[in-house]
Amino acid sequence: MTDAILSTHGITKSFGALKASDDITLDLRPGEIHAVIGPNGAGKSTLIGQISGSLAPDAGTVRFLGQDVTRETVRARAQRGLGRTFQISALAMEDTVLQNALLGALGASGRPWRFFGSALRNRPLRDRAEAALDRVGLGDVASVRTAELSHGQRRLLEVAVALTLDPKAFVMDEPMAGLGSEGSKQLTGFLDSLRTEAPILLVEHDMDAVFALADRISVLVYGRVIATGTVDEIRADPAVREAYLGDAA
Amino acid sequence: MTREAAVNAVILLLLVAVPGWALYADEPFTITLATRAVIFALAAVGLNIALGLGGLVSLGHAVYFGLGGYAMGVLASHAQNYTPLMEWPFVIEGTKSMPVIWLTAIVVSAIAALLIGLLALRTSGVYFIMITLAFGQMIYFFAISWPAYGGEDGLSIYVRNGFPGLNTLVPIQFYGLCLALLLIVLLFSALLARSPFGLALNAARQVPHRVETVGLDPVRLKLVALVISGAITGLAGALFADLNRFVSPTMLSWQMSGEIMVFVIIGGVARLFGPVAGAVIFVLLEHLLGGISEYWQVFLGIVLLLIVLSGKGGVIGMLAGRGRAHD
Repeated sequence: MTDAILSTHGITKSFGALKASDDITLDLRPGEIHAVIGPNGAGKSTLIGQISGSLAPDAGTVRFLGQDVTRETVRARAQRGLGRTFQISALAMEDTVLQNALLGALGASGRPWRFFGSALRNRPLRDRAEAALDRVGLGDVASVRTAELSHGQRRLLEVAVALTLDPKAFVMDEPMAGLGSEGSKQLTGFLDSLRTEAPILLVEHDMDAVFALADRISVLVYGRVIATGTVDEIRADPAVREAYLGDAA
Repeated sequence: MTREAAVNAVILLLLVAVPGWALYADEPFTITLATRAVIFALAAVGLNIALGLGGLVSLGHAVYFGLGGYAMGVLASHAQNYTPLMEWPFVIEGTKSMPVIWLTAIVVSAIAALLIGLLALRTSGVYFIMITLAFGQMIYFFAISWPAYGGEDGLSIYVRNGFPGLNTLVPIQFYGLCLALLLIVLLFSALLARSPFGLALNAARQVPHRVETVGLDPVRLKLVALVISGAITGLAGALFADLNRFVSPTMLSWQMSGEIMVFVIIGGVARLFGPVAGAVIFVLLEHLLGGISEYWQVFLGIVLLLIVLSGKGGVIGMLAGRGRAHD
């Protein structure tokens, strides 16, 4: 527990009578991919919201890099090095791919109050943005308008924007959502190599990807973590089989 | 050169050539009309930074336009009456110097935009529009009911304020001054759109939650945009008051806010020269149709309708085609 990069301790969040998070404790350790799975409505998005800072838990704490960040904003957590990707691509569609990556580089620089000088011709910003695009294989489409990208390319750009921040941990909300099997395979390969750089908390529906990638899996049902363990342990867990996996295992 | 750049160059050429011709043909009224168009354009370039880049639908830009006007009116009226503005704790005299008046107008409008923005930016969408409108109305009724500076009747200034080295009473010289300011602000606006700040603001308009997750504050970005925007519109207000040598609460009215927005929409939201094209077209219609009928705004409405229905991009969009992401 002590060496966890990111952890939640008993976080609880209710919406009226619905307990969307019920005493959730989990952690993300260096070098691992920790997948969170669960049926629709299990509270995965609520959990991600509380970890990334867009939702405040009713009780419990969130710790990141040894600090209690429970009351910190999304922005403050990002500045500490929490790299997040969205389930539904949150990209500036009117802008080019490079401009989207530059936004991440600008955020990483922490100096947005520059009113003169071209952002596109700013060497440090551009190098950082282009390096991230090259890593996910979008270097060739840097000058394309984001709206013209394929769905799969947008998913990759999501990851690239997070990469520009050089995060200490990634929180990814269904990065495979809507990808075909080919795209999914490609992204799986990439995330596999990414874990040595920074651990990934992966919320994902795609079971093939989860079983291929995850070092550990936590299963969320009705806001509770019913099991945490390695892939084999989770596959074998009778409660998990009953609640969720069914035939998929 | 892109088509948009060509269209912009033609507009620029007209702004120089038409008043030039008017000077040669001795048509001072045309020069006054052109000055009016250029000042409106300046006000709208200001709004375009908030509206086009920041996506902030401010229906209260008359506040800044009017405050700029009153900055001129108050300073100049004290100067012409030889009464100080303030005697305690230190003496502030009125002034007839344009640079000082401009600076005052910019600072006062910027502060107003900061205060209004701090409150209004807690909301978005329709609520943002309503709050900016409400502030506009508050200040409008305040100006009407405050007798010290003319109240409802407004404030007349007998002689246009001065600028070092120029005779601002000569229409073409005052026009030149206004055009120079417009060009400086257009240049600034173009640089701003390409700057790191512009990039972040542009993203804050489209995907604020993304901007937060890269560690930037979308609300603060928009607030700064609103302050810059208000300051520019305030400068335009000071010039407008100087053009008419008169300032009244009309400059603060919500119709004025609407007109500034109409300039931007006619010309093309987020287009560099959109506000300029819009203001020129508006002044032309006002003059040509206003001569035919008192109800010329019916025709303005039709023009506006056609432009809006034709799709985004305004007149610049029609002439130059769909906007590209600038690179």
